Amino acid sequence: MNIVFFMIIVSLFIAIIFFILFLKSVKSGQYDDLYTPSVRMLFDDEIVEEKKETKTKSN
Amino acid sequence: MEKEQFYYDNKIVKLFLIATIVWGVVGMLVGLLVAFLFIYPSYLGDISWLSFGRLRPLHTNAVIFAFVGNGFFVGMYYSMQRLLKTRMFSDTLSKIHFWGWQLIIVAAAITLPLGLTSSKEYAELEWPIDIAITLIWVVMGINMIGTMIKRRQRHIYVAIWFYIATFVTIAVLHIFNNLELPVSAFKSYSVYAGVQDAMVQWWYGHNAVAFFLTTPILGLMYYFVPKAANRPVYSYRLSIIHFWSLIFIYIWAGPHHLLYTALPEWAQNLGTVFSIMLIFPSWGGMINGLLTLRGAWDKVRESAILKFYVVAITGYGMSTFEGPMLSFKSLNAIGHYTDWIVAHVHIGTLAWNGFIVAGMLYWLAEKLWKTELYSQKLANTHFWIGTLGVLFYSLPLYVAGFTQALMWKDFNPDGTLVYGNFLETVTQIIPMYAMRAFGGTLYLTGFILLAYNIYKTAKAGSTVEDELAEAVPLKQISGSRLAGEGWHSWLERKTVLFTVLTTVAILIGGAVEIVPLLIVPENIPKISSVKPYTPLELEGRDIYIREGCNNCHSQMIRPFRSEVERYGEYSKAGEFIYDRPFLWGSKRTGPDLHRIGGKYNDNWHFNHMFDPRLTSPGSIMPRYPWLLTDKLDTSTIEAKMKGLVTLGTPYTQFEIDNALHLLNNQAEEVENNLRQDPEYVKNYGDSNMQNKEIIAMIAYLQRLGTDIKKAETAQN
Repeated sequence: MNIVFFMIIVSLFIAIIFFILFLKSVKSGQYDDLYTPSVRMLFDDEIVEEKKETKTKSN
Repeated sequence: MEKEQFYYDNKIVKLFLIATIVWGVVGMLVGLLVAFLFIYPSYLGDISWLSFGRLRPLHTNAVIFAFVGNGFFVGMYYSMQRLLKTRMFSDTLSKIHFWGWQLIIVAAAITLPLGLTSSKEYAELEWPIDIAITLIWVVMGINMIGTMIKRRQRHIYVAIWFYIATFVTIAVLHIFNNLELPVSAFKSYSVYAGVQDAMVQWWYGHNAVAFFLTTPILGLMYYFVPKAANRPVYSYRLSIIHFWSLIFIYIWAGPHHLLYTALPEWAQNLGTVFSIMLIFPSWGGMINGLLTLRGAWDKVRESAILKFYVVAITGYGMSTFEGPMLSFKSLNAIGHYTDWIVAHVHIGTLAWNGFIVAGMLYWLAEKLWKTELYSQKLANTHFWIGTLGVLFYSLPLYVAGFTQALMWKDFNPDGTLVYGNFLETVTQIIPMYAMRAFGGTLYLTGFILLAYNIYKTAKAGSTVEDELAEAVPLKQISGSRLAGEGWHSWLERKTVLFTVLTTVAILIGGAVEIVPLLIVPENIPKISSVKPYTPLELEGRDIYIREGCNNCHSQMIRPFRSEVERYGEYSKAGEFIYDRPFLWGSKRTGPDLHRIGGKYNDNWHFNHMFDPRLTSPGSIMPRYPWLLTDKLDTSTIEAKMKGLVTLGTPYTQFEIDNALHLLNNQAEEVENNLRQDPEYVKNYGDSNMQNKEIIAMIAYLQRLGTDIKKAETAQN
């Protein structure tokens, strides 16, 4: 059953990749604010109507 | 900083949306065709490419990779752009991803009915298509990571984390489970054999459920449920905890598909422990999804979309409760191989995947075509028909599963089996199969209503292919490659992309080098009487694979009194060392075949394959008349044997050089056996049966599980 050890290595490998990603994301401040992101995503779609009409490039 | 204006790519979202609907209808229709075969085994006309064993993999692959796969891509392309405030990294890559994926699906729809299959569940596609999948998947991954790199929103919303997990893990699983040695254009042998192959397959199989049917759908849930309810997710903190714990635990749960088999017990227990732990992250997600609707339940009354989500998330909760429960060995002993598992899977797919996708499609139809949904009433009708469909599908199969388990294990006081004839346990549940087909019909009807509703919405709406948006750029990250900068130094700055690409590179390299080293020494026989298949048996085995017999017949007798009594000595790991791929199966619509060898005479098998109803009245097995008329293709036998030698099967050079001769000799022996029946001589005496496929099939079936019997007789 060598294959099991091999697969444990592969599985651990995946786990380690995710662990590194986890540490990186914590360090970079991804999880410092656990409230705003949940609200921000609700307001991210459409540009406000009047801007489309005026077609100004900057504001 | 000044706001930048840019455009979201809506066209790619629309393309995937159309593909989702088209393949959804096709995949469910094939499922329905298959469901009716349980009631009317011959209604499709006994045509080879429409037989159950070939259509069932087409159904599973179509609904998983074509319907849910495209559904995930719809939501991913829509939400990633908006969450990251940028257009996708590359329109070209998006297009390659779209058309490549559709071509793969078409290739699957052609090859699977032709019987070109590796037989490994949800990984049936043969090696050229496997390579195409890998390439297209990497294209998608680069596009995803590239989009993250040029994002304008620093925070990566939880849904995207689920998308990343899907990309990384499916890449790894797909590559390792499909390591195979090609012996011809559409035939390959798994580099793993027997128990090892089973282990890798179910490590893949379970994680296909985890990372193709769960994490992407959770990602969609975290984006589209808050959007539809116009409420932030119940707890963002919980979503983060739930994500990381889910992906760390899921990857270990695979062995629960192999409880009580020849897999070493410690590996089985490892799978059980992790499977039970999984209930916590799963229910964390389920609760988080449902509670997002807190204070919005009044909207659920009106909105069909929210109704879909409520049932979907409830279905997720049900199936992720059932999964850990089924991983307890005591419950697994009852549920495994029965239709309970089929019901369990369909709660997950019909309710959880299907309804999340349906809710998302309705919501997106309004957004993409900038109009109101054509008919809310029709969407509500879809919801109710669909929900009834889920119930009519699953409840009868739960009953069927328990009935099977109870009948299989029922003993008379004198120690004999009450239902010694397996067929009795099949005919008993045919009414349940009929109700299941009715449930499936309801569900498909609902989905066709969706197709119509969205078609009408699109016709009434206007097309905005590139939607204007604006956002403040991120200072450090927004710049892609600087002028004059080499792509590698740019890549080094982008650690995420670099990590992913390195991973892919290491995995491919590692696989090529390590796997042969690990696999070859394993082929030293542990049971001395277990020998490789003869050339004829090998061809027969490949026909068994082509016809998909493993979709209904297991080859794994568990060490229970009821199974040993019914089938014979329980299966040992050492008996499967030449099995590439393993054919243990996962469902017993028909009886186990591991000890079928020598149980019946050759004529019984001949008549049974021609028409199962001749030997077993009431049987629902398909007829295989083409095996009696199609000539056995022996052109690749030497290539096959040479390939197997490379993988470690000890064929001698003499055997390979004389493969055809050995094959013909054995075929004549089988044919001579058949001639003992005067009926056979009368009907088929002049039809050159010795070079037909049926002979190879009989040779293989008669060999199955007999090697250890030889050892016993030798000892006596």
